Amino acid sequence: MYRRLFYLMLAFAAVVYAIQACNSSASQVVEEQIPDQVSYNFHVRPILSDKCFACHGPDANKREAGLRLDIAEEAYKALKENPSAHALVPFKPEASEVFLRISSTDSALMMPPKSSNLKLTAHEIAMIEKWIKQGAKYERHWAFNPPKAPAIPKVKTEDWAKNEIDHFILAKLEQKGVKPNAEADKERLLKRLSLDLTGLPPDIAMMDKFLADGSNNAYAKVVESLLQSPAYGEKMALHWLDVSRYADSHGYQDDNYRSQWPWRDWVIHAFNKNMPYDQFITWQLAGDLMPDATKEQLLATGFNRNHKITEEGGVIDEEYRVEYVTDRTNAFGKALLGVTLECAHCHDHKYDPFSQKEYYQVFAFFNNVKEVGLESSVGGPETYAKKPLMEISNEDVKKILTFVNKQDTSRLIVSVMGDRDTLRKTYILNRGVYDAHGEEVEAGTPKSVLPFGNQYAKNRLGLSKWLFDKQNPLTSRVFVNQVWQEFFGRGLVKTSGDFGMQGELPSHPELLDWLAVDFMNHGWNIKRLVKQIVSSSTYRQSAVVSAEKLRTDPENILLARAPRYRIPAESVRDVVLASSGLLVKTIGGPSVKPYQPGGLWEAATSGRGILANYKQDHGQSLYRRGMYTFIKRTVPPPTMAIFDASNRDQCEVKRLNTNTPLQALVMLNDPTVLEASRVLAAKLLQENTAVEAKVIKAFRLIVCRNPNEKEIKLLSSYYTDQLKVFAQKSKAEKVLAVGEYPVPEKINKSNLAAMMEVMTTIYNLEETITKT
Amino acid sequence: MEKDFLEHGLNFNRRRFLSKLSLGLGSVALGSLLIPDLFTGGMDESSLPPGIPDFAPKAKRVIYLFQNGAPSQLESFDYKPKLREMMGQELPASIRAGQRLTGMTANQASFPLVGSYYDFKQYGDSRAWVSDLFPYTAKVVDDICIIKSMHTEAINHDPALTFFQTGAQQGNRPSMGAWLSYGLGSENKNLPAFTVLLSRGKGNGQGVYSKLWTNGFLDSTHQGVQFSSGEDPVLYLKDPEGLNRFERRKMLDHLAKLNEISYQEFGDPEISAKVQQYEMAYRMQTAVPEITDLSKEPDDIIKLYGPDCLVPGTFAANCLLARKLSENGVRFVQLYHQGWDQHGNLPSEMAGQAKDVDQASAALITDLKQRGLLDETLVIWGGEFGRTNYSQGKMTKDNYGRDHHPRCFSIWMAGGGVKPGIVYGESDEFGYNVISNPVHVHDFQATVLHQLGLNHEKLTFKHLGRRYRLTDVSGKVVKDILI
Repeated sequence: MYRRLFYLMLAFAAVVYAIQACNSSASQVVEEQIPDQVSYNFHVRPILSDKCFACHGPDANKREAGLRLDIAEEAYKALKENPSAHALVPFKPEASEVFLRISSTDSALMMPPKSSNLKLTAHEIAMIEKWIKQGAKYERHWAFNPPKAPAIPKVKTEDWAKNEIDHFILAKLEQKGVKPNAEADKERLLKRLSLDLTGLPPDIAMMDKFLADGSNNAYAKVVESLLQSPAYGEKMALHWLDVSRYADSHGYQDDNYRSQWPWRDWVIHAFNKNMPYDQFITWQLAGDLMPDATKEQLLATGFNRNHKITEEGGVIDEEYRVEYVTDRTNAFGKALLGVTLECAHCHDHKYDPFSQKEYYQVFAFFNNVKEVGLESSVGGPETYAKKPLMEISNEDVKKILTFVNKQDTSRLIVSVMGDRDTLRKTYILNRGVYDAHGEEVEAGTPKSVLPFGNQYAKNRLGLSKWLFDKQNPLTSRVFVNQVWQEFFGRGLVKTSGDFGMQGELPSHPELLDWLAVDFMNHGWNIKRLVKQIVSSSTYRQSAVVSAEKLRTDPENILLARAPRYRIPAESVRDVVLASSGLLVKTIGGPSVKPYQPGGLWEAATSGRGILANYKQDHGQSLYRRGMYTFIKRTVPPPTMAIFDASNRDQCEVKRLNTNTPLQALVMLNDPTVLEASRVLAAKLLQENTAVEAKVIKAFRLIVCRNPNEKEIKLLSSYYTDQLKVFAQKSKAEKVLAVGEYPVPEKINKSNLAAMMEVMTTIYNLEETITKT
Repeated sequence: MEKDFLEHGLNFNRRRFLSKLSLGLGSVALGSLLIPDLFTGGMDESSLPPGIPDFAPKAKRVIYLFQNGAPSQLESFDYKPKLREMMGQELPASIRAGQRLTGMTANQASFPLVGSYYDFKQYGDSRAWVSDLFPYTAKVVDDICIIKSMHTEAINHDPALTFFQTGAQQGNRPSMGAWLSYGLGSENKNLPAFTVLLSRGKGNGQGVYSKLWTNGFLDSTHQGVQFSSGEDPVLYLKDPEGLNRFERRKMLDHLAKLNEISYQEFGDPEISAKVQQYEMAYRMQTAVPEITDLSKEPDDIIKLYGPDCLVPGTFAANCLLARKLSENGVRFVQLYHQGWDQHGNLPSEMAGQAKDVDQASAALITDLKQRGLLDETLVIWGGEFGRTNYSQGKMTKDNYGRDHHPRCFSIWMAGGGVKPGIVYGESDEFGYNVISNPVHVHDFQATVLHQLGLNHEKLTFKHLGRRYRLTDVSGKVVKDILI
């Protein structure tokens, strides 16, 4: 009864929606054609994996009727329960039990069964039928075949393509009969490029120079100079800090301070000196095991100690030690292999060919650390890093670790990797429970990716070599895809953390492989890869979206336009500070505590440790880049969290990008934005220019382009209006009383308040914090 | 022109779609049939619509009074005279049966049983036993359902709390409130669907953390919005000093005009979505202060909740606020009261904690009932695990402590289609093991979702290749306690 009522409501909602949507046909379901040649990898496996493998796949313990459909020989065999029948009979759907069952309407026979809450669509059933008709041929999962560089596709409009990337993108567009957008205007392009390469908006001098430069290589010159800017390393590091779950506190409930920031300084340094990716990762995974390891190599291994570490008295030591090893294993799988290895923690993987045993073989690499679950409870400076740790002296900073921004002479310790002399035994943990030891295992890797041959040492150094073996099908693809994602907002494989059977298929598989192979063949050179991407015509298109393109490709998978999306949390802050001139560009050092609403840390603390209360910084520390804002894991900085920054609880390879009312409130009322408005307003008022000129300059600083006539008029008249509102000095003074940066003494307060409101308005424009 | 601009964007925008129709997943489900990839994270189209109830929901809203730190069941609802009789004697090994212990008592040489310092009496028609520490709760026993057979898997605060709230001890999964927001949407377009209120007693405290009210892999619109007792009930809600509502309105109108210029150029529906979010923020600025203003509550209400309810940030004030938020359509109001971790000094500390929460918890039940709201509001009271029946550390006649105990503890639920005036499940005479009708945390979660009309096995979200649910891979609805 209720259900029927609901469907009625649903039908009503459908009508309402249809009316609202009447001027857009985006909402019409476009029934896709069944292709002439059905591919197992691209058409059939996604269906089987999603709807069938949970019971008829790799997990031996959950397999129903002894049938598995993920392996050809098994699927072709006579059925265990009914030897006269076969799940799949190539070329004969009508003789294939699979087809009969998925197309049955008899609830006793129907697959998937009702209890699974899963259902196949008519389109999916037709796809499987055709696949069987064509011989039911299996293929190896695409991501587990090593990439081979495909031929560069030919395109009709050759002059559009600036490099190989464009050939791949354009070939697909031409196939679909879609034309790419024209190049973005210079101002939009420069803002996009600057935000993508440095996380900062271009300043006026940069804009003027680029606008005035009519030479053919004007764009190339800007790319080069931004790549050389020290802010490049900061921008690139940001994604890596998410991947590495870097934070300034230990996590868990007491969540006291940790001094891990020198590792963060190293990451920035590594990107800035363009350390090749293989070296970058090898140092982080196994720097301590390298022959004659340097202090820098040791520091890099902090990567594997960034996970949360408990200080809760009374925990069972082994339970937490195992938790740390688990965290490293899962991060390794997600960040570097792009697979959900973690699913095999308690049982065989349900979709991908990873056994539970293989999980613990990878686990074994990270299981030999000289560590305990609970080293110390909340305490003094000796607890700010956990053993194994390294000490960074002022001498080190002068000589070797010059990139560590150590600002005083106090003792500085960082958690790093270090193995025990005798090997700790590794067991399969039944159901993932820390003390339920099963079979003993040796270090190894999932066979389906690449067997761990005898040529590799059975330690983290060997694991790194395995990772960078050119036959490893995942390493290069996964990283290239993450970089692509950072520039286009979406990876070529959308599920950048899952290249497995349940992950999405690549939108441009040939391009992904070409980039992956090219990246390996050119020494894993990250700056080169970045330059390829930003130099392409694909990247340089305008972000204008026609109604037609929005309808046919709302997600912009084909890239017939540049992506347009809100910039990351840290960049929101950076744009505000940089445009107002408040930004302090110091690189690295201990994280800072800028303005934050009162009582947040205090409300959620156990009361123990130096982070029980938020002690806000003053002076220059108030104006550092967003990436240096102190991250206390249990109470992450609110403006960052509101704009979807990672809480650094565990490895994250992709942030969400949302649009919420809380974000509006931050932009309207956060003292950081208001103070920047006031400071910029004061600066403009002290210049001897007309109101329009001030508006234009502010607009250029904040939005990074010249405003049009309409915009100038709206903002100028708003200023005139606000002058009346703040004619009363006392009223103006109230609005001006925000932030610690001084108000110039001689300035007219009413003018300042009025201009400040204009600035706040510009900061709140959608375009201001959007990559356009 | 402006109207077109807004409506045009509406057609494409998922978040706008949510707030406009306020139907929750039902409408989203529909939308995603029409617009591929409606959700950023990968809405599960095949099992759509997962949030559609299979049955009429009993409850529309939840108020969860979480007692953070784990109150002792042995001094509250689980009456065990045997423990007093055997005071000081050793816990029989047959009862402990290899239960793992926390690092705090694992090395203790002996495990002396300790009975409740406080007396118990029976109350109401249900004749439920309640200790003297909870005189107000005792008066409403006929409205609540006490479950004495809860059990969990974790033995430390952080994982146990996380388990209760997200269904997993580790990881970054969506919290119960986020799941409900995702499954049911918001009832009030001016308020978030999931709000969080914090308070703290004087007892030994354990922190809380935003992970407990995280949206996990769901859209961040489902994140719990923390209401604080400071001057800004919601972060950044208050306009700057010197700026009145009229001026704010004017600024937003200018912004809309300027954003429209950009929309004309780019045609990106996100631009109009942004304008809509500014409008919602503006409405929240009016709606939230009205609701959080407790100063206009009548005297009988103040008397009911106790004088503490006028002190911002107390548990009593939060209970009253919870009632107002819930009454105004907030789907899930989550309270945390810290300070229940009595490893030592239990008799005195627990008395203080009980005094903080007893009157207001009972008042909330009475208040909802008198407004006719109890039937559609599910109220939950309890901690993350129980406490041991033996003393931690030195034990004297009037002082002792209790360590963490996952195997058996008590919580209560009321309203929202839960049978009133019953006691469910039983522990053994030592109060150590469950002997009848065990309720696992996942069973509890399945039951809460069920009362809201959601099937815990169908309310899933596909993330990185796996369909996640609040109850992970287990959980059975506890039908026995339902009307």
